[in-house]
Amino acid sequence: MNIENNALKTLTNGILKENPTFALVLGMCPTLATTTSAVNGMSMGLATLFVLVCSNVVISLLKNLIPDKVRIPAFIVVIATFVTMVQLVMQAYLPAIYEVLGLFIPLIVVNCIVLGRAEAFAAKNTVGLSALDGLGMGLGFTLSLTVIGAIRELLGSGAIFGLHIFPEYYAMLIFVLAPGAFIALAYLMAAVNKLQKKS
Amino acid sequence: MEKLQSTFKNMVLSLVTISVVAAGALAGVYILTLNTINAQKTAKQKQAILAVLPEGATVSDAEKANGLTVYKAYIGDKWVGTAVETEENGFGGPQKIMVGFDAEGRIINYEVLEHQETPGLGDHIAEWFKNAAKPGQNIIGRKATGAFTVSKDGGDVDAITAATISSRAFLNAINKAYSAYTEGEVQAATGASQLSNDSTETAEVNIETEVAK
Repeated sequence: MNIENNALKTLTNGILKENPTFALVLGMCPTLATTTSAVNGMSMGLATLFVLVCSNVVISLLKNLIPDKVRIPAFIVVIATFVTMVQLVMQAYLPAIYEVLGLFIPLIVVNCIVLGRAEAFAAKNTVGLSALDGLGMGLGFTLSLTVIGAIRELLGSGAIFGLHIFPEYYAMLIFVLAPGAFIALAYLMAAVNKLQKKS
Repeated sequence: MEKLQSTFKNMVLSLVTISVVAAGALAGVYILTLNTINAQKTAKQKQAILAVLPEGATVSDAEKANGLTVYKAYIGDKWVGTAVETEENGFGGPQKIMVGFDAEGRIINYEVLEHQETPGLGDHIAEWFKNAAKPGQNIIGRKATGAFTVSKDGGDVDAITAATISSRAFLNAINKAYSAYTEGEVQAATGASQLSNDSTETAEVNIETEVAK
């Protein structure tokens, strides 16, 4: 019972209470840059999710084999390997999305969430819990990026997931550009904070 | 199992092992995806070539003309057009465009292969210049003269709203493609009569546009 509770808590932790974007405010670079549309945000989130789960599992498996003093380089090598795999697979099978995300895929390596979870969670917990933590954090990240992307896409080009809601002529271009990312993020963060304080 | 101590030997061993395993895994994925990645790239290029040339034409192998890659299209033995892969620096980086000309030098179609223009502004180059409903900005079906310029610079093509630099670069790329096309045309048209006809026609159009200005 206790173990089950613990697992569930680990999983939901990343989605709401410690949501990487709205609560931890980590990984802002991809959050702001790749959320020009809902699909882009979601793809970036899913790529990060995959890397998070894999690196958390491998690092918690290897945690006793890695001496403390070289743990950061060892973690980075593990993370970079998975990121490069994602990049190659995306390039081969999802070329359209790869073209849009392009530069930001390699940058997952230095995304603070991935290294942060490796250091703060995977290096101290069992394989099962680390996998759940990676999954929860990844889902939380994907969810926030998709929501920001959807808002920017709707206000900036009048569509959601490519589905046109109103003509592009009436859309506010600023939401597709960088300032829109900050505006959308700020309002969402305020709303999430307000909701969490209440409960 | 006890955690390994941070001795020099342990640190070197663990880092080397991790790196070697990682390199091996990456090499595996690289080899697995290499063929698909290359196939994707060729497929995309082929699709673009076919999209900008007359339907049902057979496309020749890549040739170089004026520093650009050109693909000539034939129906039977008759040369019906040329696709040119052209490039120009835009607002955010290089724009790579595939553009097709028919035998008379009219633009059949174009496809933007790669660009880094601003989303919502410059990235309209992919559609803007083939909008048949707006003759001021449409270049499809127009006879290329090698001197397309945006109206702001005294030309006769309307630039994308708030993206003049991207539009300028796009038109320059088309102009470059046209010079590669004319050079290729000289080699393609072995029949001398056809060649002379074409060049006089182009010259006339040039004069006409100058008078119009």
